[in-house]
Amino acid sequence: MAQIVIKSLRKEFGAFTAVQSSSFTIEDGEFFMLLGPSGCGKTTTLRMIAGLELPTAGEIFIDGTEVSQKPASQRDIAFVFQMFALYPHMNVRKNISYPLVSQGMKRDQVRAKVNEVAEILGITSILEKPVGGLSGGDRQRVALGRAIVRDPACFLMDEPLGALDAEFREHMALELRALHDRMRATTVYVTHDQLEAMQMGDKIVVMNHGVVEQFGRPQEIYDWPATTFVARFIGSPAMNLLNFDGMVGNGSTQVTLSDAAIKIPPMISGASGPLTLGVRPEHIRLDDAAPLKARIKAAEYLGTTQIITLDTPHGPVKARIASDQPATIGDTTGLAFDPRSITLFDPTGHALISEANQKVLSHG
Amino acid sequence: MSYSITEPSSRQKWIAGGLVIAYAILTLLPLAWIIATGFKTPADAIAYPPKVLFTPSLEGYVNLFTSRSRVTPEDLAALGPPTTWYDSIVRQYDMVITGASRYGERFLNSVIIGFGSTFLSVFLGTIAAYAFSRFKVPLKDDLLFFILSTRMMPPIAVAIPIFLMYRQLGLSDTHLGMILLYTAVNLSLSVWLLKGFIDEIPIEYEEAALIDGYTRFQAFYKVVLPQAATGIASTAIFCLIFAWNEYAFAVLLTSGTAQTAPPFIPTIIGAGGKDWPAVAAGATLFLLPIMVFTILLRKHLLRGITFGAVRK
Repeated sequence: MAQIVIKSLRKEFGAFTAVQSSSFTIEDGEFFMLLGPSGCGKTTTLRMIAGLELPTAGEIFIDGTEVSQKPASQRDIAFVFQMFALYPHMNVRKNISYPLVSQGMKRDQVRAKVNEVAEILGITSILEKPVGGLSGGDRQRVALGRAIVRDPACFLMDEPLGALDAEFREHMALELRALHDRMRATTVYVTHDQLEAMQMGDKIVVMNHGVVEQFGRPQEIYDWPATTFVARFIGSPAMNLLNFDGMVGNGSTQVTLSDAAIKIPPMISGASGPLTLGVRPEHIRLDDAAPLKARIKAAEYLGTTQIITLDTPHGPVKARIASDQPATIGDTTGLAFDPRSITLFDPTGHALISEANQKVLSHG
Repeated sequence: MSYSITEPSSRQKWIAGGLVIAYAILTLLPLAWIIATGFKTPADAIAYPPKVLFTPSLEGYVNLFTSRSRVTPEDLAALGPPTTWYDSIVRQYDMVITGASRYGERFLNSVIIGFGSTFLSVFLGTIAAYAFSRFKVPLKDDLLFFILSTRMMPPIAVAIPIFLMYRQLGLSDTHLGMILLYTAVNLSLSVWLLKGFIDEIPIEYEEAALIDGYTRFQAFYKVVLPQAATGIASTAIFCLIFAWNEYAFAVLLTSGTAQTAPPFIPTIIGAGGKDWPAVAAGATLFLLPIMVFTILLRKHLLRGITFGAVRK
C-alpha cells in the first residue's frame, strides 16, 4: 500500500518532449486513471513510475521514498501490460509463480500463494494449462494474478482492457474494480477511453501533449473542465463549445451571443476577446421562446433520450433531450442553457473561474 | 493463421503431390547414387551401363578406413588365412591392411571445427543481435550495414591475405584458426538472422521480468533465450552447413593436423586406382552428422525458416 507523489516529472526522447513537468499525487488505495489521447505521455508517465523509463528531470516518491532513478525490480510495483506479456513458454502456474520465484520464496509457499490467487481470480481450473490457448479474458486474469501474487506496493496497468473484445471489456472492468475494492491497493491505470476512466477511477489525470490538463475526481472533471481540451475529450457527446467575442469581468452574470443574453454563473476572473462558452448536452433545453436561435440538423434516437444536432452561428451544438419531445429536422428553435452549468474559457482555452467551478479549479 | 477459402480439389491435391514427389526424386537421386556407390565394388561402380542392381559390398568402407599395401602372392600365402572379415575383403586384391586411414582424424577435425565455429557464431551472434535489437547503439544502422557488407564479396576473394596473415600468426593448419575463420564468415549471417528473431519478441516480456524482480541478464536468459530458441536453432543449422561443407579455405589453410573431411575425401581417390566406392563411402558418412542435426532441429527449422513471419 502506498502513496505516489509525482513532482515536476519530465521526459525527453531526443528533441521530443513526451512529458512536460507533470505533478500530481496518488493517494494510498486510490484507483487512479491516467487519461488522454494516444501520444499524450500517459504511458510514458506510467513507465517512469514503474522504472521502465528513467525521467529526464523530476522526482517520483513511492511511500515517501524517492525512486525515480531506481531499477524497476527495486520499486515493489506490479505492472499489467496491454498485451499481457505472459511468458509464452510457461504454463499459467509458472507465469504466476515467476515473481515469487525471483524473490527466492520456498516452493510449497509459492504453491500455496499461487493457489490462493487463482482462487480469488477464478482461474484454478486453468492453472496447469499453457498460456497459448487461453481466451483474452483468461490471459487478462493470469496477468492480474502475476501482478497481485506479490502483494506489491502498487499496481500499474497500461490499458489492460485494450486487447479485449468490447463486450468482454465491460465485464473485466467491473471485475477489476471489484478486485481493487477488495484489495485496496493503490492502482495507476492508463487508458485513452474516457468512459472507462469515468466508470472505474477514483481520480483522473487528463493529459494532452505531455501536459497535465486537469486532475480530480471524475464528477469534478466532467462538470467543471479546466480547459477546452478536457471539455472536448470527456463526455459522449462532448461538451458543446460555442465561440463568441465578448468580455467578462469579476461579477459578470451574463454574456451576449448573437444578441441573446445568456445567464452564466457569477464570474470571479475575467477576460476579453474570442471567448468560448461550454455547456454539456444535457444542460440544454429546446425552447421556442429562448432568444438564441438554432436550426435542427439531425436527431439520434437513444432510447430514453435523443441527441439533437443543431446549427448555430457559433458552431454546431448537440443537445440531449427526452426522446418523447418532438424535434423536426429543418425546424428553427431556441436554445436555453442551464445557467448553473456553464463554463467560460478564455482565448487560450483555459476555464475562467466562476463561483460554480471555483472549488474544483482553484486547488490546481 | 490464414486458411484458403476453398478446400483444394482432389485433382489439385494430386498435381501438388505429384510435383512434390518429382522434386524429391530429383534432389534425392544424386544422394541415393552416392549411397549406393558406397556399397558397390570398384568394378560395379564404373560399370557401363551403370548398375542399378548389384551385390552389396563393404569394400568401399573398408578401403575408406584403412591403409593397404600390395604384397606378392607368396608373402600373402605366408601370412596364413585372413583373421577378420575386412582382412578377407582386402586379400582378394593381393593386399594387406597396414593400418588405419586418416579419415577418422579428418572427420573428427570437421566435427571440432564445424560445431566449434557454429557454437561461437551463434553465441556471439545472439549477444550482438540482442544488443542491436534492444539497446541504443550509436551508429546502429551503419554498424549493421558494415556487418552485412562482409558478405558482399565471396569470402574466397580474401583468401590470399588471410593465407598470409594466418601464416604470420601461426594459425595455419590449426583448429583454432579454422574455427575463427568460419566464425568470422558466419557471424554476419547469424547477427542479421537473430536480430530479426529477437526483434519479433515483444519487449514487454523482458519488462515484465524486470518488474518481477529479475536483472537484465536474467531477463535475457530466462525469457528472451527460450523465446528465441527457434531462431537460434535455424541459425545454427545454417552456420553448421556452411562450416561443415566449406572446401576452398580448408584446402588452402589446412593440410595436416587441422585438415577437415571435405579436402580429404577427394584425396582418397588417388590411393591406388579410381576407388569411387571409398570416396562415396566417405561422402555418405560425411552427410550423416548434418542430417542428424537437421532432423533433431527440424521442428524449429520449419518454423524458423519463415524468419518469424508467421509468429502468432
